[in-house]
Amino acid sequence: MTRADGNSSVTPVVSAVKVGKKFGGHQALADVTMDVMPGEVVCIIGPSGSGKTTFLRCINQLESFDSGGLWLDGELLGYRRVGEALHPLSDKEIAGQRRKTGMVFQRFNLFPHMTALENVTEAPVQVLRRRRDEVHDAAMLLLDRVGLAHKAGAYPSELSGGQQQRIAIARALAMQPKLMLFDEPTSALDPELVGEVLAVMRDLASSGMTMIVVTHELGFAREVGDRVVFMDQGRVVETGTAAELMSDPKEVRTRNFLKTAFTRG
Amino acid sequence: MAEELDIARLRHVRRPHFGRIAAIVAILIVAFLLVRAFAHGKIDWATTWEFLFWPTILWGLFNTVWMSFVCMAVGIAIGLACAVAHASTNPVLKGAAIFYAWFFRGAPVILQLLIWFNLALVFPTLGIPGLFEFKTVVVITPAVATILSLGLNEGAYVSEIIRSGMLGVDRGQYEAAKAMGMTNGTALRRIILPQAMRIVVPPLGNEFIGLVKMTALASIIGFGDVVRSAQDIYYSNAKVIELLMVPTFWFLVVVTVLTLGQRVLERRFGRGFGTGGAR
Ligand SMILES: Nc1ncnc2c1ncn2[C@@H]1O[C@H](COP(=O)(O)OP(=O)(O)O)[C@@H](O)[C@H]1O
Ligand SMILES: [Mg+2]
Repeated sequence: MTRADGNSSVTPVVSAVKVGKKFGGHQALADVTMDVMPGEVVCIIGPSGSGKTTFLRCINQLESFDSGGLWLDGELLGYRRVGEALHPLSDKEIAGQRRKTGMVFQRFNLFPHMTALENVTEAPVQVLRRRRDEVHDAAMLLLDRVGLAHKAGAYPSELSGGQQQRIAIARALAMQPKLMLFDEPTSALDPELVGEVLAVMRDLASSGMTMIVVTHELGFAREVGDRVVFMDQGRVVETGTAAELMSDPKEVRTRNFLKTAFTRG
Repeated sequence: MAEELDIARLRHVRRPHFGRIAAIVAILIVAFLLVRAFAHGKIDWATTWEFLFWPTILWGLFNTVWMSFVCMAVGIAIGLACAVAHASTNPVLKGAAIFYAWFFRGAPVILQLLIWFNLALVFPTLGIPGLFEFKTVVVITPAVATILSLGLNEGAYVSEIIRSGMLGVDRGQYEAAKAMGMTNGTALRRIILPQAMRIVVPPLGNEFIGLVKMTALASIIGFGDVVRSAQDIYYSNAKVIELLMVPTFWFLVVVTVLTLGQRVLERRFGRGFGTGGAR
């Protein structure tokens, strides 16, 4: 198996090697290479259009990529290697690989025709074929963990944005993923609701979950992120610990971005 | 300033609804004239009443109702398959679905009825030669020809309705479903179609009501629907208008029941969407 840094003996949860993606003529991702180790929280920052969402979508295969390779928990994503050729996996096999990742979207994307509880139990019952009553108890524990057990019977339209996003996190956790992907989870929220979602994510990080978080919350990145990755124009420009990158950025582009981000926030 | 204080004490007069009053008056006048015309007209209402529950009429009504349900079931099954095929990335499936809707929406229903009924002229036998074969005239009864023509025709319309419903579901829903590890089939069945239903039910109810009335066309190929039953009776007793009022009454009853059913479905699928939706 190829790894970005050959010296590690632990299998990375995510290993991206020179991932490239074009939309038409536009290079959305170029040679993105990074490893995410078990339990690590990696925050991705960068200007709008820099390819952060596209990278997350490649990891859970909502988007295909044109070059390079991605491994999840040691398993090559999207393809089966037969000799010197890569054969694409079937829809079903890809669905199987996706179960290992949980995704939290900027716009929540809760299922509006289901209650909070049903949102959480849906995939374990339909995808993992677990018994509904058995899933129910686990789901209630998850709702309790995000502080919303009392809203189990509410429909998404009856919940605030912050509550919806917390339900979305519980829904993703219900599949017991190895990796959680967050795509600007607080960007669609009113400022006073950001805190409650970040609190749930902080709790999740301290429980040892491996997480990749695209965020504009630099405070969160500094406090919770083990590593911060700065992306621009589809490339990883700079990587470092949150403290290193934010107090002493090496690249001009990083410095400029941080300057505007801080003055804006 | 004094004026501002005073305004709190003034009475708020309701906006007068002259339009509504005028409409009510107009409707009452028209209704009065209509009732008078029919009461004095040459309709023997006693005859209508007498035949309302006549056994052959009720038999015809039974045929109309079951035929409507069977054709709608065929239409929904085909329409669903076509809508899903249309949304597929497989160009062959998509092309087939487009061709189907084009063909069956294009040809008049009455022609489709006649063509199916006269299929024996084209294919004297049906089946796989050597394995099993049937004489077409035996297989294609008026009922079978009606199911085929109305069902296939309905499928073309229903497919467009379901397709518009699927297009009305947010893309993020497909992505969330897939991100949860659902296959395309599970995502359709559990996430997309239930949400599409909310959009689909009103026009689908409309289609169903249209279909119930379209079954009356099947009388031209000899299907014994309620219109046919009424005609059979007036051919012998010459009470034409009196007997035409009988199926008219029954169609109104059936359509009323269906409309109520539609409301129930709308509420069921409106759950969680704020409108029409208690839990
Ligand atoms: N489905 C798509 N079709 C065409 N271009 C896209 C699509 N998705 C993203 N892009 C383009 O790819 C680039 C990266 O987008 P994205 O990953 O969403 O950036 P970010 O999340 O960092 O704001 C942008 O220039 C965007 O316009
Ligand atoms: Mg984005």
